[in-house]
Amino acid sequence: MMESFEVVRIISKHRGDALIVAEMTPGAELPVVSTKPEFDLPFNWAAMGKGSSLALGLALARPDRKVFVLDGDGSLLMNLGSLVTIAHMAPPNFTHFLFDNRVYRCTGGQPVPGAGKVSFAALARNVGYANVYEFEDLQTLEDNIDIVINQVGPTFVCLKVSPALDKPIPPFPYVRVSDAVDRFRAALQRS
Amino acid sequence: MYEAMISQKEITLVPFCREGEGVAIAAGLILGGKKPVMLYQNVGLYEAGDSVRLVSFELRLPLLMLIGYRGWRGTDSAGIILEPTLDAWGIKYYLVQSDEDVGKISIGDKQAQETNKPVAILIAREEEP
Repeated sequence: MMESFEVVRIISKHRGDALIVAEMTPGAELPVVSTKPEFDLPFNWAAMGKGSSLALGLALARPDRKVFVLDGDGSLLMNLGSLVTIAHMAPPNFTHFLFDNRVYRCTGGQPVPGAGKVSFAALARNVGYANVYEFEDLQTLEDNIDIVINQVGPTFVCLKVSPALDKPIPPFPYVRVSDAVDRFRAALQRS
Repeated sequence: MYEAMISQKEITLVPFCREGEGVAIAAGLILGGKKPVMLYQNVGLYEAGDSVRLVSFELRLPLLMLIGYRGWRGTDSAGIILEPTLDAWGIKYYLVQSDEDVGKISIGDKQAQETNKPVAILIAREEEP
């Protein structure tokens, strides 16, 4: 089991110039460790579950850039159809990181439907993602992440993370999507 | 309309499973520099409510939406609540009922670009089944 914050740190360290859309807990954590904040869209006070769809639009519009979404299991459950749409459009530059903590962390840790029963990796494989990975420890993730993010996508990465219910909620000050979007759009237009 | 779209090479069709997904995909396309048009029916607008709120109030993006006006003569609850819903959300809209009205689409698009808000073009069929 991994700590979400450490996973976000590893993704950020290896991102290169990838664009990152980050839902919920990873969205709160990314601004703290980000190496390229101008290319981040923390998806807080946004529309929970729609981060993966917005990231798909970005990936289609900018095939010259890698696009990552840091999704939550609760978020993905709200928008499961997005898995099918992403696999259908098959953007080669798209990596879907799924933070599987089995709870609604930001509302106090209530279990998500299907907690511990659903295999998101199996779902992604069966709808047609080109590559599917699952990681449970930080060292294996760190050792393999460069290979993972350089595959021809769409790539799905299930990350088994701790519910971390003993940590304060929210763990960090949230960046509102409305405050981040103008800088993000301007940085994209320049690059 | 579908056949006209798929026959034109300069248009890329992005299908989606639910409308809220489609509106969020369109937002990503705009942020990435593309010019999407969202096509759906009024019942889809209701399903997509949170995404439309996001695009209108948080991201502030100029999204042109062509919306099929199901039940526009009041024959269906889907029609009865459409204009009050758009009014409540502060979304401007234009009614297109016939070929003479198609110029309103350009007007709506210009308004979306100038205001950085979604604008709705309501497509009402002349005859309902």
